[in-house]
Amino acid sequence: MTIPITSYSKSYDVIMVGAGHAGVEAALAAARMGCRTLLLTMNLDTIAHMPCNCSIGGPAKGHVVREIDAMGGEMGRAIDATLTHIRMLNTSKGPAVQALRAQADKNLYHLYMKHAVERQDRLDVKQSAVAALLVEDSRIFGIQTKSGIQYLGACVVMTTGTFLRGLTHMGEVQQSAGRAGEAPSVEASQSLENLGIRLGRLKTGTTARIDKKTVDFSKVETQESEPDVPPFSFLNDRVETPRPLLPAWLTHTNDETHQIIRGNLGRSAMYGGRIQGVGPRYCPSIEDKVVRFPEKDRHSVFLEQEGWDTVEMYVQGMSTSLPEEVQIAFLRTLPGLEEVEVMRPGYAVEYDFVPPDQLLPTLETKAVKGLYFAGQINGTSGYEEAAGQGIVAGINAALRIQDREPLVLSRSQSYIGVMIDDLVTKGVDDPYRLLTSRAEHRLLLRQDNADERLTPVGREIGLVDDARWELFHVKQELMKTEAHRLRQQIVRPTAEVQRLLSEMGADPMAKPLSLAELLRRSNLDYSLLSPLDPERPDLPAHVEEQVEIEIKYEGYIKRQE
Amino acid sequence: MTLLLSDTIAAISTPLGEGGIGIVRVSGPAAFTVAERLFRGAAPASELPSHRPTLGRIVDPATNAPVDQVLLTLFRAPHSYTGEDTAEISGHGGIVVTRRVLELCVSHGARLARPGEFTERAFLNGKIDLAQAEAVIDTIRAKSQAGLRVAIGQLEGRLSDRLKTVRHHLLELMAHIEATIDFPDDVEEPVTGVTLGAIDAALEEIRRLLDTAEAGRVYREGIGVAIAGKPNVGKSSLMNALLRDARAIVTEVPGTTRDLLEESLTLGGIPLRLVDTAGLRATEDVVERIGVGRAKEALQDADLVLLVLDRSRPLDAEDRDAWATVRGKRLLVVLNQADLPPAWTPEDLNVHLDGFPPADALETSLSTGAGLPELEERIKATALGGGIEPAQVYVSNVRHRAALDAAAESLEEARATVTGGLPLDLVGNDVKAAAERLAEVTGESVTEDVITEIFQRFCVGK
Repeated sequence: MTIPITSYSKSYDVIMVGAGHAGVEAALAAARMGCRTLLLTMNLDTIAHMPCNCSIGGPAKGHVVREIDAMGGEMGRAIDATLTHIRMLNTSKGPAVQALRAQADKNLYHLYMKHAVERQDRLDVKQSAVAALLVEDSRIFGIQTKSGIQYLGACVVMTTGTFLRGLTHMGEVQQSAGRAGEAPSVEASQSLENLGIRLGRLKTGTTARIDKKTVDFSKVETQESEPDVPPFSFLNDRVETPRPLLPAWLTHTNDETHQIIRGNLGRSAMYGGRIQGVGPRYCPSIEDKVVRFPEKDRHSVFLEQEGWDTVEMYVQGMSTSLPEEVQIAFLRTLPGLEEVEVMRPGYAVEYDFVPPDQLLPTLETKAVKGLYFAGQINGTSGYEEAAGQGIVAGINAALRIQDREPLVLSRSQSYIGVMIDDLVTKGVDDPYRLLTSRAEHRLLLRQDNADERLTPVGREIGLVDDARWELFHVKQELMKTEAHRLRQQIVRPTAEVQRLLSEMGADPMAKPLSLAELLRRSNLDYSLLSPLDPERPDLPAHVEEQVEIEIKYEGYIKRQE
Repeated sequence: MTLLLSDTIAAISTPLGEGGIGIVRVSGPAAFTVAERLFRGAAPASELPSHRPTLGRIVDPATNAPVDQVLLTLFRAPHSYTGEDTAEISGHGGIVVTRRVLELCVSHGARLARPGEFTERAFLNGKIDLAQAEAVIDTIRAKSQAGLRVAIGQLEGRLSDRLKTVRHHLLELMAHIEATIDFPDDVEEPVTGVTLGAIDAALEEIRRLLDTAEAGRVYREGIGVAIAGKPNVGKSSLMNALLRDARAIVTEVPGTTRDLLEESLTLGGIPLRLVDTAGLRATEDVVERIGVGRAKEALQDADLVLLVLDRSRPLDAEDRDAWATVRGKRLLVVLNQADLPPAWTPEDLNVHLDGFPPADALETSLSTGAGLPELEERIKATALGGGIEPAQVYVSNVRHRAALDAAAESLEEARATVTGGLPLDLVGNDVKAAAERLAEVTGESVTEDVITEIFQRFCVGK
């Protein structure tokens, strides 16, 4: 059957194909920079969907959220507005690796982002599936939908996630699907291949969701939220939630769990040899963990509620492609889950990706001018990694429209820069996840100074509005003044001072020292020093934090510059 | 991983000149195609077995005119020096004929190789690491048997093996640190004792390697030895005795040697650059004065000075001047003419020469040869700084030594960071810096290795 082709009456500057975490950041960036932007999604009800766990942040990933926020992106504000659980990780392991991690209310997060794109000026949001890219002389000029409509635009950003020839696996059952129950995109893969773009195959997986009502909480450990931590967005002062924060819960696998898994390995889609794609090393399935680490007698399993208005719980640490009845059997061996009911089983998904060595550092393809890729299609995994690429792709598409210099973030400037540089120069063998160990300038790439690193960049591009710019300047000014004061203010070794120091467990002073010099002592910190510092001004916590880090670790930071 | 280098290179691999054979080496994806076009033998070149020489002829395919009778040996990838398909054409070693074979290779699918490109490809294809690649050059340029032994040891990967052991300790530690940072829910922090233990073990091994660096350098580059002393104490005779050759003109006239005379020799495997200098004295003679000036410069540049004094004549002001000139240098004092009646005892040296260390004098007679073997032993021992066991691993390359020094420094910093109670992140950065310096020697990358190590050793992930 031939479909009549019609050209849509309105033309766009930038068209986003896909409205996941990459697509929404790309669309918002392009529209905010003044481009007429179209955001196409196969399903309006899954905009910014969280098909795996509802967690945002963690080491390197939380840093990326701050970087996106610092440039004027949306992810930081979205998670602040919808989080149900939050903690600061690695607080004792050093200033550069501390990281926020939050659980989102899955549905609220989706609604927040859906509304953010809906109310954005110059941005049209439409539900439609893309069938082909329109290319002439190696330059893109639009896309064509399955329903036969041609949307014209000089730049196209593809953020199709796991949907390209998606194939889900659960035990012996395979289904053509981008995610459980959602149709894959086969035409888009073909369209890319027709353009001479090489595709590879990866896989990822998720865990079962269980019914909270069937968990015996007397047998699991509770891990509370930490309400006093700072928020993700530089625009917010504190974490404020409409309802009380939720805890997470911890239980463990045991020998019985492992025996059931070992006994059914042949039925696992992966161990049964039915999956060709390469899976992520950092997120092994429970089958993998049991096989590769036989000496471990238990593995941690976190139970996370997917939102305030649902009983669905994510079982972190138990990603699997075993048949549903096996999943039920091994889950019921965990303390607290003896009577558990599974609401959705876990599964693995295989999908096409575009090996990212075919991209420029702007995320534009080398083969087709104006065509950009961002997110999981580039072989990455993680919402934050996707969003980080999304904002860069959206910015660069807009800059191309405006005939301006493209934006390439450096490795010493941002985790986003580290990621994109890794992708385009080294390519991808397994799904790429950002790690702090990938950054060689880790002490410079802290979450506290993401604004210092990137807000001026966002301002220059046109993404940072006056309100954020003003806030940024106030913070910088306060920091400068306080750092100067700490370097100038001298503490004399009076009897009182020596007594205070000995109370803190610190060595006595041999000579007068500046507050900055005292701060550099390993067993003193900014808050401990307050009795020695009567003239200390009242400053916002994030200002104190950053000044403290920059003075206390000055020598180490300089070594990495 | 084998890197696919798209083009095929060719070069003459034997010294240019008339020799017994001349070898043209062709390496790359088209190596066998090139050979097939030019070679006429019992079978087409591409069907020949690997690693077995086959007799045939090289012809100019345009005219089918024979160029040379040759042995063709194919090395199929990856079993070749470069890791690529390689053809070696061994012909009669004339300048013109070997060049002609090379020209034919170049006009039939290969291009001229840059200097060192075969070794570079071996490195890029993972056949050898960077330290081994450098050892290839050292092997070719070795100045002595011992220097060659050091280079061959490095070529066989002995230094690389030792470094890999150190690197492995550091990677293990880093993987643990990085894993607990990136996966705090899954991996516990390493305890301080373990961290310090790993740092110290690595540091100790690096120091042991660094201890060999001086000897390694001496074996590789040799040392400069200058002979000094007032006129007519037998400096030139000493030079000739060490060279076992009448190289320097020896007369009884003081000031015979007016310019520097430099010769190379090996002593117990150590390459020496031996310099005979003009006698050190104040003189009105313009030419001799220039010679004395040059002598002083040469003495400053030398790694070791042999100060020659004449036992049979009283010590005088000129001896004192000569001593003053070389004071502070690494020194061996040669008391010459020991076969003649002595004019003073070794103890007198302390009286006449200010600050003279008595133990460093050695009696010789160049006319009888007495004391010469002892002198040679002393030169060798002094050059090596003493106490070096043979057949060990040596750090002989300046670049390697600098890298190891920097690695040791980073580990010292890591140690201070741990004991100062500073956070793990900072310890990780120092250890990583050390591992990166070590990796510079062998040309490996650290970040990816650490990440691989994390996933191999720790069960992480949600």
